[in-house]
Amino acid sequence: MGNKTFNIVITGTGGQGLITLLQIVAEAATIEGFDVKTAELHGLSQRGGSVNTHIRIGEKVYSPLVPLGSADLILSLEYLETLRAIPYSNSKTTFLINCYSLPFVGTISEKEIDRRLSELIKSDKIIIAASEVCRKELGKDVLGGIYLISYAAFKGLLPIKPESIKKAIARIIPKKYLDINQKAYKLAKYAN
Amino acid sequence: MKKILLGNEAIVQGALEAGVNFVSAYPGTPSSEIGNIFGDIAKKHGVYFEFSTNEKVAMEASIGASFSGLKCLVAMKNFGLNVASEALIPFCYTGTKGPTVIIVADDPSCWSSGQSEQNTRAFAYLAHIPMLEPSDAQEAKDFTKLGFEISEKYNLPVIIRITTRVAHQRMPVEIGTIKKSSTKGKFVKDVKKYVTMPPRVLEMKEELLEKMDKLGGDAEKSKWNVLTGGNGKIGIITSGVSYLYIKEVLDKLGLNMPTLKLGFFNPLPRKKISSFIKGLDKVLIVEELEGWLEKEVNILAKQVNPELKIHGKDVLPISREFNADIVGPAIAKILGKKWKKSLEIGNWKLEIPKRYPRLCEGCPYWFVFSAVKEVAPEGTIFGGGIGCYMLAGFPPHGIQDYLLCMGSSIGVAHGIKKNSKQKLITFIGDGSFFHAGIPALINTVYNKSNPLIIIMDNRITAMTGHQPNPGMGKTGMGENSEEILIEDIVKACGVKHVRVIDPKNISELKATIKEFLDKKEVSVIVSKRICALWERRLKRSEKHGK
Repeated sequence: MGNKTFNIVITGTGGQGLITLLQIVAEAATIEGFDVKTAELHGLSQRGGSVNTHIRIGEKVYSPLVPLGSADLILSLEYLETLRAIPYSNSKTTFLINCYSLPFVGTISEKEIDRRLSELIKSDKIIIAASEVCRKELGKDVLGGIYLISYAAFKGLLPIKPESIKKAIARIIPKKYLDINQKAYKLAKYAN
Repeated sequence: MKKILLGNEAIVQGALEAGVNFVSAYPGTPSSEIGNIFGDIAKKHGVYFEFSTNEKVAMEASIGASFSGLKCLVAMKNFGLNVASEALIPFCYTGTKGPTVIIVADDPSCWSSGQSEQNTRAFAYLAHIPMLEPSDAQEAKDFTKLGFEISEKYNLPVIIRITTRVAHQRMPVEIGTIKKSSTKGKFVKDVKKYVTMPPRVLEMKEELLEKMDKLGGDAEKSKWNVLTGGNGKIGIITSGVSYLYIKEVLDKLGLNMPTLKLGFFNPLPRKKISSFIKGLDKVLIVEELEGWLEKEVNILAKQVNPELKIHGKDVLPISREFNADIVGPAIAKILGKKWKKSLEIGNWKLEIPKRYPRLCEGCPYWFVFSAVKEVAPEGTIFGGGIGCYMLAGFPPHGIQDYLLCMGSSIGVAHGIKKNSKQKLITFIGDGSFFHAGIPALINTVYNKSNPLIIIMDNRITAMTGHQPNPGMGKTGMGENSEEILIEDIVKACGVKHVRVIDPKNISELKATIKEFLDKKEVSVIVSKRICALWERRLKRSEKHGK
């Protein structure tokens, strides 16, 4: 990876577990010996509103915020929220998108979101039904985030080995929920 | 050993390493985690912790503990310091006995602040208080320890001023040894030290100014006011998180401009700044919010380098937080270079429907807001304050006609009702009622106006992450305590029309609203039902046997 910083933006809505994901990626990055800085928001912005968190991994990282147009990976937990992260992307950014909608009054149709996504994203775009798989297999939509980040590691979209993500999950997730989170990790391993 | 810590976690770690004994806080984003963590771990480390009823009381509690010789930490968000300032300013005059550090968290860009974009650095001038500004989580820990050292040496309280991007930034932080704590104090009488009465108070002010002067000498030598970068005729002066954006931008531009990073906002190392600007042609001051460093540099430059071109707020905004995308063009501009925008998406004019924060599923406030909307006559004024109930202002409710601060819902309601016959319904949460609502309620009774006040008692301080409050019968450390009944307070304040209603009884709620709106005196409904999130969490932990 050299001196370059690897920039991740995670986008979604309050309550989808964005901060837990951020903690897992940051922990995994240090397991691999990288420097890391992250930014997150709490409070009012968390109450079901739009949220994005930033993670920066590298030899030496200064700012916790990903500059516009500089994300290497955008991880979207909610379909519409992908649109809000687009300013962080460039022609090489990979989008890994959870095919999962939390609609609200005044939203736009999925068709319209599709249209905008294909119009605005010229780079790699991977759409997977992370929350749906987790709901079917494990009974919980919210595990979609763990599935998504694990998927990213298994497919080589992160400069982090899946093994380190696995270790980080064990360190960050409270014991009583660990088993089900590890199952989400394993599901991602065998995903197409 | 290093561990990834949130800025606020790093502050807790720093306080523990410094041997803190007594911690008092009032929750407020982005400072809340400091209190939450102490609530969980205080007992284990032999530390006393409390969530106080408001920030002034939190400050006073720590002042008392400091006077008794304990090492104290107080934590709050920026607006909290406004409330606490009445105690803070004379505290600088008396000085500390046990060293005391005050953490104050600003929120540039108002991510979680529905009042103003307050810059707490102003209090450095107002109170003559030492103020340090960390830029990352490691410094948040180091500066907390430094704050205790300064406080110990000069018997002065010290403010560590953080911002959202420091408080809620994570990075690997060096972990040190935690000192043993004791909560045994003793107040030794010393009228000359602890009583701020004239004429002694003026001597105290002089002593304070002398101490600050001496501390200024330390600031000149401190490694936390540090010169980085190479040589050149164009330099940068900065403080706080802005430093990180500068490093990022200079890296990107492949530049090594001389940069003076100030850890001390008060007292400033004036000689160090003077010698830095002496040899420069141009300097850029990079500071978030109001340009007070810039003003100071302007004054210093008049003496040492009147020709110096000083840039700051002419190329950087006064409002909103910075990032590399804002700092970059400013640096490029003073260098006469072009800034290559990294944003590749042209014509970024996408209109994405806004996803407003909203009440949680099952929140008892849904019942109250819909009942109020249904029965309030056209033209009713709706008052608001700070807490989950400020979501009344967002869709689908849209019932909020003013909002200023903690307690404003009642205080302002009185002022309106005193002069107008318009109907007025005002909301206040249980936390805000204890914090700032009671004096306003007394005023409403005493000075005779008649708003309808709905106290939204969801049995916890929810918005900031579920901190206990005096209505719950639990303290910040989880001990049992007297459960203070809001309806008892309301009655004791002289309110004649009081009813406690479970908002799920929506027909009773609606009938009462109608009835109370016609009262000639102030009326109060206590809408009592536990926060849905908290209830679910309690059930879950019961299930898991915790």
